Amino acid sequence: MSELTVFKRPEALLPVTMHYCPGCTHGISHRLVAEALDELGLRERTVGVAPVGCSVLAYDYFNCDFHEASHGRAPAVATGIKRARPDLIVFTYQGDGDLASIGMAEIVHAANRGEKITVIFVNNAIYGMTGGQMAPTTMPGQVATTCPLGRDTNLAGFPIRMAELLSALVTPAFIARGSLHSPLEVVKTKALIKRAFQYQREGTCFSLVECLSTCPTNWGITPTDSLKWLEENMLPYYPLGIKKTPEGKEA
Amino acid sequence: MQNEMILAGFGGQGVLLIGKMLAYAGMKEGKEVSWLPSYGPEMRGGTCNCTVVVSDKPVGSPVVKSPNIMIALNRPSLDKFEPSVRPEGILLINSSLIDRKAERKDVDVLYVRANEVAIECGSPKAANMVALGALVGKTGMVGVESVKAAIAKTFEGKEKIIQLNYKALERGVAIGKGEAQ
Amino acid sequence: MAKLLMKGAEAIGEAAIAADCRLFFGYPITPQNEIPEYMSLRLPQVGGTFVQAESEVAASNMLYGAGGSGARVFTSSSSPGISLMMEALSYLAGAEVPVVIVNIMRAGPGLGGILPAQADYFQATKGGGHGDYRCIVLAPWSVQDAADLIMDAFDLADFYRNPVLMIGDALIAQMMEPVEIREGRKPCKPLAPKDWATTGNKGRKPNIINSLILDPEDLERHNRRLKAKFDSMERDEVRWASYNTDGDYDILIAAYGTPARVCLTAVNELKEKGVNVGLFRPITLWPFPYAPLREKAKKAKAVLTVELSTGQMVEDVRTAVCEDLPVHFYGRQGGILVTPDEVVEQVTALLGGARPKGARKGGKA
Repeated sequence: MSELTVFKRPEALLPVTMHYCPGCTHGISHRLVAEALDELGLRERTVGVAPVGCSVLAYDYFNCDFHEASHGRAPAVATGIKRARPDLIVFTYQGDGDLASIGMAEIVHAANRGEKITVIFVNNAIYGMTGGQMAPTTMPGQVATTCPLGRDTNLAGFPIRMAELLSALVTPAFIARGSLHSPLEVVKTKALIKRAFQYQREGTCFSLVECLSTCPTNWGITPTDSLKWLEENMLPYYPLGIKKTPEGKEA
Repeated sequence: MQNEMILAGFGGQGVLLIGKMLAYAGMKEGKEVSWLPSYGPEMRGGTCNCTVVVSDKPVGSPVVKSPNIMIALNRPSLDKFEPSVRPEGILLINSSLIDRKAERKDVDVLYVRANEVAIECGSPKAANMVALGALVGKTGMVGVESVKAAIAKTFEGKEKIIQLNYKALERGVAIGKGEAQ
Repeated sequence: MAKLLMKGAEAIGEAAIAADCRLFFGYPITPQNEIPEYMSLRLPQVGGTFVQAESEVAASNMLYGAGGSGARVFTSSSSPGISLMMEALSYLAGAEVPVVIVNIMRAGPGLGGILPAQADYFQATKGGGHGDYRCIVLAPWSVQDAADLIMDAFDLADFYRNPVLMIGDALIAQMMEPVEIREGRKPCKPLAPKDWATTGNKGRKPNIINSLILDPEDLERHNRRLKAKFDSMERDEVRWASYNTDGDYDILIAAYGTPARVCLTAVNELKEKGVNVGLFRPITLWPFPYAPLREKAKKAKAVLTVELSTGQMVEDVRTAVCEDLPVHFYGRQGGILVTPDEVVEQVTALLGGARPKGARKGGKA
């Protein structure tokens, strides 16, 4: 009987079990990055930069060199690596607390300098690893451990739309937002991530893909309900699509 | 022999520059030298000064509280530093801009019409060179040729400016030696 | 190479280039701006890269990335900026990434002032960042010394895979002195290839630069291994110099950086008056030269520590001499410098048995 492989582990992922909670979409975004690196043949010259947050252990899962950054500083660390070794492919993988809160200065300035790096920004509207605190991306009214009555926009403002914020800068090359809540959107997000790495391979400056993601554990709902919640609550506020390309606006 | 000097004036009069030239000339002659600028708010247009040490032995403190030589290119500098000059030291006063005489009786005072002489040489900007020349002529602490080398290095490629500064320097040297006013 | 007349800040930059450093990440702060300014001009001329970071926090983390990928890299800052770099310093030490950080110290605390001080001694030598770590701390006293020491700093950092600090009061950066940049000199330590760096994992397992070790047993092992490394620095890297200590002396002065030069001038003046005073100058503030200082203090009846602080190194001086003899302290703060006359006055008063004006009372440790 002949065997037909229809699904296999990307070479850029190590054969280990991830620590992520059931229903968490980090596993998907890890895989999308790994597939992109494989398909573009970049793995052996790639250095990833891990954040502080749920994906702090990303370096245990990817089969490429990795640098663990301090909280929020991944774009600065990536800047250092890329400036020292422009021949390497450098990406950061950051959550919303890491990138949009403590690391706001680093991400804005790395983008504005046009660092030739790729940023994978996982937005699940909450702090995961520390136990479900309010993030800059937490939705209005959304309950978190530091806003137990729901996010009050009078006190905490409205969620930050990072893709749009960074698109306001002149320098960055490619900025897009995808979502991981359905197979179709996963496929589309994969295309965005691959395109971001392609730009880096070509030497084009800064690229970022925001991935809307779920956190069933800290949202306190089931994985299936999480996907639905994302679709109903996050999608209207965080519109999907390509925000900025080197060639100009794209529909 | 160790010369410890404070050179002071308005920002823009070029006191830091002539300090550097003195240090450079000293170094060229194999002497030990240090140059230390005042920095901070003074850098932005107010009075400014530098401390230069030219010595036969390694320079200990680059900071000098009581210099044996002081050049004052403007009145505030004279007011500030005159009391600190060591007895029997040298006080060089730019009489073009300073409307008073020295109060100290225990120091050797040299009045130099630096701005007027500089204008006669072709540019009021060269007043600092006149003062530098006067100091070198008076003390002989470094050779005139070494200072000229410093001028040539500073204004490399700008022959006209070099010649102008040479002229101002030489006029200053003559004043320092007492051969001219 | 002939001697050049250079500002300390420029000499530090040029010496770093001569030590094959081609990367600088920094943020403006007085009184060290001449270092990044110089690097921004010079590095592109030698195929290097200068980046003005958005903050000292970012600059130090850029160092972390660049050092992790195997490059020689340094930054400079001044006291408040160095405080912001303490986070990265801890990570650099924890993840064993070699970099060089220069602190041109100004007066503090807080914004303080921009004039020279030595009040960051504790921060540099006793921690500063969190966790159990140590850094070699070099303290130049002249422009030549600064140029020589920063070259060694890169070798020491690479050899130990650890950040190395060089701290100087503002005068070190601001003054001009003749300096010879020792191009093509031999490294001060044998240097191994950086096979641990993140350079792409072609044909090997991934290299990870990391300080996160969640398993307590593993982390304790890591801590102990680091400790053994720090112990070897203490054993092998102590540097110091002494002056006028061949003959007899009643007072031994301990000082580092520019104040040590001021003290040397005082020592020479006293010598002319027939008073012999020794001078001890730590060149590595960590590891501190405890044993050599204790040895040199044996001949003296008292030690006088002179610093531009309210008394920081004096604690190590006391530790060094134990209870052998009294340790006095004289310092100026706020950016005011100690003068040779003040040191002479202090010594004279001590020799006369009187407590000098402005001096901290000496005593047994």
